[in-house]
Amino acid sequence: MRLEIPVVLVGLSVAFAPVCAAQKLELRGKLLLTRGVSNLEGAGGGALTPWALITGNGTDRGIGATAHYDYVTVNDYGLTSYGAAVGLYDRFEVSYSRMALDTRDVGAALGLGEGYEFAQDVWGVKMRVAGDAVYGQDTWLPQIAVGAEYKKSNRDGLVQALGADESEGVDVYVSATKLILAESLLANATLRYTGAHQIGLLGYSDEASLQPEFSLGYMLSRRLIVGGEYRFKPDDLAFAKEDDFLDLFGAYAVNDTLTLTAGYVDLGEIATFEDQRGLYLSAQVGF
Amino acid sequence: MKTRTLLLAALILPLGFAVAEPPPGEQPVDPYEVSNANAGADPFEGTALFEAFNGEAGIGRIVDDMVDRNLADPRIKDIFAASDLVRLRRTLKEQFCYILNGPCDYTGMDMKSSHADHGITNREFNALVENLQLAMNTEGVPFRAQNKLLAKLAPMQRDVVTR
Repeated sequence: MRLEIPVVLVGLSVAFAPVCAAQKLELRGKLLLTRGVSNLEGAGGGALTPWALITGNGTDRGIGATAHYDYVTVNDYGLTSYGAAVGLYDRFEVSYSRMALDTRDVGAALGLGEGYEFAQDVWGVKMRVAGDAVYGQDTWLPQIAVGAEYKKSNRDGLVQALGADESEGVDVYVSATKLILAESLLANATLRYTGAHQIGLLGYSDEASLQPEFSLGYMLSRRLIVGGEYRFKPDDLAFAKEDDFLDLFGAYAVNDTLTLTAGYVDLGEIATFEDQRGLYLSAQVGF
Repeated sequence: MKTRTLLLAALILPLGFAVAEPPPGEQPVDPYEVSNANAGADPFEGTALFEAFNGEAGIGRIVDDMVDRNLADPRIKDIFAASDLVRLRRTLKEQFCYILNGPCDYTGMDMKSSHADHGITNREFNALVENLQLAMNTEGVPFRAQNKLLAKLAPMQRDVVTR
């Protein structure tokens, strides 16, 4: 039941593939940075939120792919994410990410053991449905994509004991991304329908809600963009308050293969431990 | 014979059609209606951008550098190899100068007609954008000013890219 949306989107992309296979497949071709970086959940976008851009350097006549490794260290936790994503014909995106929250000393304080890990697998699909973020400079219409993410916690049972209804769930979202070239700006707004506690690491509530996410970036050169993101989140766990996420980032395209991102993140309160602020580092390779 | 040509010219010229005689060094082209609207974008207001591009001389260097890069670029050199490069350089300079609100008129064809036979892809379009960015960097055009011009050129993708 929960898998239906991703399966339909994957089915669509598979059905679409033979139409394009008749042409000669082209590799690479996107302009620097226009594939986005990889967000924590593995989708093409910013650091914290997916964008309507399709990952990889492939254009509408080709395919591309990316792999990422993110390392986040805040006051009491460590967070890592690694994964890969494929972009098909600048239209479809399929992604996988493994995310793990290292509870360090908090694990001991909660009686779980020092360095206890909450991890989750995230499978994502995204389909671009309208607009062109790069070429559509004479219109206000942004590039729009719809996506879904299936997330499964590795702590089935425990997350329920902490108050979650489920250890797995599906987020669906719509993203609108616009490059405002005349101002050297990139703007994104995403609206996510989610019941995830701490983006799914602490399980899912049966009650989902709409949560907006915003990114704004300023291009300093064709290789470098700096900006910030704000991600609203639900706050439905009884035992602990949950805060919104925010970041300030700089992303640098070393070349059309490697993009490095560094930033400051504020993850707020996580499992009763407040003010989780620190460093975000990410490397993304792709073609 | 001479009278007929003159008569024909007298008929065509008031309508704004290109003169059959091409400028020196250029190959003849089929007649088309000459208009600044063919440039595919409205010019900016004011002189700030034209100055940021170092005027007509700067635009000239940028276009020549970009065309040279295109000719050396394995991704797109074949598209340019068959072109009338004298005419291409002239009309591109006119187009940029006109859009940047310099003292120029654009006398080339519109973007759809001039690219119709080339079968250009997004990858090739982007390769040219990249070469233009490098040429603008070489000329020392500030990145913000570069993007303002690119914002005017980007929508031409819809007419230029045909496959």
